[in-house]
Amino acid sequence: MKAAVVVFPGSNCDRDAARALSRLTGQKPLMIWHEETELPVLDLIVLPGGFSYGDYLRTGAMAARAPVMREVVAQAQKGVHVLGICNGFQILCESGLLPGVLIRNTGLKFVCRPVRLKVENTQTAFTGKYEEEQVITVPVAHGDGNYFAAPDVLAALEDKGRVVFRYVDNPNGSLNDIAGLMNEAGNVLGMMPHPERADDPAYHRQDGQLLFESLRSAL
Amino acid sequence: MSTSIARLIEEHNMKQDEYEVLLRVLEREPTEAELGVFAAMWSEHCSYKSTRIWLKTLPTTGPQVLIGPGENAGVIDIGDGLAAVFKMESHNHPSYIEPYQGAATGVGGILRDVFTMGARPIANLNALRFGELSHPKTRSLIAGVVAGIGGYGNCVGVPTVGGETGFHKSYNGNNLVNAMTVGLVQADRIFTSKAQGVGRAVVYVGSKTGRDGIKGATMASGEFNENAESQRPTVQVGDPFTEKLLIEACLELMQTKAVIAIQDMGAAGLTSSAVEMASKGKLGIALDLDKVPLRESGMSAYEIMLSESQERMLFVLNTGYESEAEAIFKKWGLDFAVIGELTDTGRLVCTRHGKIEVDIKIDPLVESSPVYNRPYETTPPQEPLKDDALLLQEEHTLISILKTMMGTPDLCSRRWIWDQYDCDVGTNTIQASGGGDAAVVRVEGTQKGLAMSVDCNPHYCLADPVLGGKQAVAETYRNISAVGAKPLAITDNMNFGNPEKPRIMGQFVGACEGIKEACLALDYPVVSGNCSLYNETNGQPILPTPTIGGVGLLDDVSRCMTIGFKGEGESIIVLGETKGHLGQSLYMRAMFDSEEGPPPPVNLTAERRHGKFIRQLIHDRAISACHDVSDGGILVALAEMALAGDRGCKLEGPCADVSFWFGEDQARYVVTTCDPDGVIARAQAAGIPYMILGLTGGEDITLEEDEVELLWLREIFESRLPDYMDGHEA
Repeated sequence: MKAAVVVFPGSNCDRDAARALSRLTGQKPLMIWHEETELPVLDLIVLPGGFSYGDYLRTGAMAARAPVMREVVAQAQKGVHVLGICNGFQILCESGLLPGVLIRNTGLKFVCRPVRLKVENTQTAFTGKYEEEQVITVPVAHGDGNYFAAPDVLAALEDKGRVVFRYVDNPNGSLNDIAGLMNEAGNVLGMMPHPERADDPAYHRQDGQLLFESLRSAL
Repeated sequence: MSTSIARLIEEHNMKQDEYEVLLRVLEREPTEAELGVFAAMWSEHCSYKSTRIWLKTLPTTGPQVLIGPGENAGVIDIGDGLAAVFKMESHNHPSYIEPYQGAATGVGGILRDVFTMGARPIANLNALRFGELSHPKTRSLIAGVVAGIGGYGNCVGVPTVGGETGFHKSYNGNNLVNAMTVGLVQADRIFTSKAQGVGRAVVYVGSKTGRDGIKGATMASGEFNENAESQRPTVQVGDPFTEKLLIEACLELMQTKAVIAIQDMGAAGLTSSAVEMASKGKLGIALDLDKVPLRESGMSAYEIMLSESQERMLFVLNTGYESEAEAIFKKWGLDFAVIGELTDTGRLVCTRHGKIEVDIKIDPLVESSPVYNRPYETTPPQEPLKDDALLLQEEHTLISILKTMMGTPDLCSRRWIWDQYDCDVGTNTIQASGGGDAAVVRVEGTQKGLAMSVDCNPHYCLADPVLGGKQAVAETYRNISAVGAKPLAITDNMNFGNPEKPRIMGQFVGACEGIKEACLALDYPVVSGNCSLYNETNGQPILPTPTIGGVGLLDDVSRCMTIGFKGEGESIIVLGETKGHLGQSLYMRAMFDSEEGPPPPVNLTAERRHGKFIRQLIHDRAISACHDVSDGGILVALAEMALAGDRGCKLEGPCADVSFWFGEDQARYVVTTCDPDGVIARAQAAGIPYMILGLTGGEDITLEEDEVELLWLREIFESRLPDYMDGHEA
């Protein structure tokens, strides 16, 4: 699996994502600077968490217009797998690869805590190793993770099994308890929780590891 | 003297005799900019003029110390060619005037102190003090300070892993925000501020300079009155996004051979960084202020020199590396400007619009900095508690008292606070707030972990400053030992009232004496620190609060100890002697609103011996949970262990006395074990007092035929702060 992690100014989970990928695949992913306009042949592109462009204007809005994103969108449309975590999810929504938007948490505060998620769809490249309806614990850390979309968009997501992860205890007010969703083709996943923070036995949380293992065996 | 100079002297709180020294150093009348430079450099905040002679008495050396106080942060050796860099610093005055920005820029400032040394910051901690909950400002101060700390730390991607929060009416008009950063660096890649090489370029990088924070150092060197809010323009405005870029750009530049010296622009901005670098290198420095990147037009030399705009750095670059350095900063979208050069004149010379606005000999500016041996009064000893102070009405049981105490502001859960801090970013956090006595962050690429804890009991410090200083050091030592780590060194953040009052100065002198004794007895030196004085409003001082931040080393993070009960039927043992000391205890405050009596004695020999014993037990995997006994005594410690492990306990003690269950005798730990005989045999062999207190298990805490369900206790413990912040009455 050939993977890359995009680095925007203000990304701060880029090294964490890279470490999770290296641990699993045995090779370091490429780190792609946001000003790049060409990408090599890849199997997986990760948009990491953080505060790209300081969250100024709107979370993810400026990163979605960074030079590299034109190429990321093009690759995604060609079927390359894209995983957006936290700020990466926000960027995916702002770039139009995923529908809807992530707005301020209903509590109006940043929330950092482990949350329980139900795996709603295991027929994806991202979740193949999980069991149907498995409940996993993965941490969230965000101020703008409240998923919002129009009713018809939500209905379409639900009908087609595109809601991949759902909160058991919704920490941010997301509609339909949506924690992670994918595009229609199934090759782009955005999620607010951080699987790369739950893949290490040293801190007793390993529920995120299966996501990376799923990707490794699928790609 | 011109009227503008006279006005500036007054605005900067400069004393007449200090101005006369200035005239002797300068041999003429100063310009406005020069007066600003002297006033800032000689402010209490920058010069430590009231405290320096006492700080010099603190132990600062040891085989583990690579760099002690005097640089941006202290550095200790943690083996494998690596070093930990850390310091704690206050941002009290700004955080009262403008809580969000004050606290945020406090975090930004301490981060810069650490990455200036070449270290990547790996953890933030903070110690906060607020006024009583019933005070009308407290709620908004808590909300603003916590959001500010989170807003900055979360964005820069440094996990906030621990801290402590206290409340007392003495902080009503002066809340405290003490921020600590710990960083990691290769021991042979440490950078300092010592300028070298006449003719080398002096380079400014980071944010542009604006008019914010002018006279901030002066503001932080005075008391408040009811018009404190009018000083809002002296508070800086933070931009964590720029700080994040600055961290990455500086660390990237430090991988090259370009950097000769580096100094962040903190208090007193460009003034103190330029003077610091030149002074350390025994050189002069010439600055063309027209080259400084400015945010607004028309700024004078005085304003440029004293601006405390955030996220700025000054470098001295190796000759020939300027363009390589510039490319790195351009890549990260940061300003980069050569604003001057090192000279052999020994003078600070600044020009603006072609005119020399500052021309000062640096040595006398630094060396003539005033030093005061201020008169001080020793705090008299407290009367012992009267026996009748302990009389409670009959309806109280030990369990009912516990329920009351667990819901007090001093003890209740801080989850509302730390839920707002990203504690996991970096994916090296082994243990953060709430899990154990100290936070533990893994040293990346190794099995080692750094353990850290911030502590102070200001009530003890008010009653007996010497003992209070000692106790604060000992408590960090205990907390670090309780996770299994060896305590290595501390940073001190001395928060006090007006040092010109002998009583306050006496508190400071006493606390230093106590810290010194503890550091010596525990081989636990001070490697960095900061003083915040004049924490008074309308003449009312804060409780003396010498916050201590300790750092220790855990050899194997898989052995990291936590406080939660682990299994059913494990034995609970308290190690250390229980005499039942209630003076200055949380029990007396919670039940009688009493702040009387002497604090519990601190036996440093016992602290050292018990700490070592606990570390050995943890290393040998002989115990399953460990918690130091501090505020609230044994029963509170047990309740915290039960809540953390979501498992109850059945307790039996030698007596039903409140003094046994709530006394705050020092040097004690509660542990649980599956092998009580083994632990007891080892305690006997080591001569450490112990007592069996019962067994873990069930869903209740049971004691003296009374019980409380954990569910119920958790509700009391967890709801207090969120309810208050939601607007419920104090």
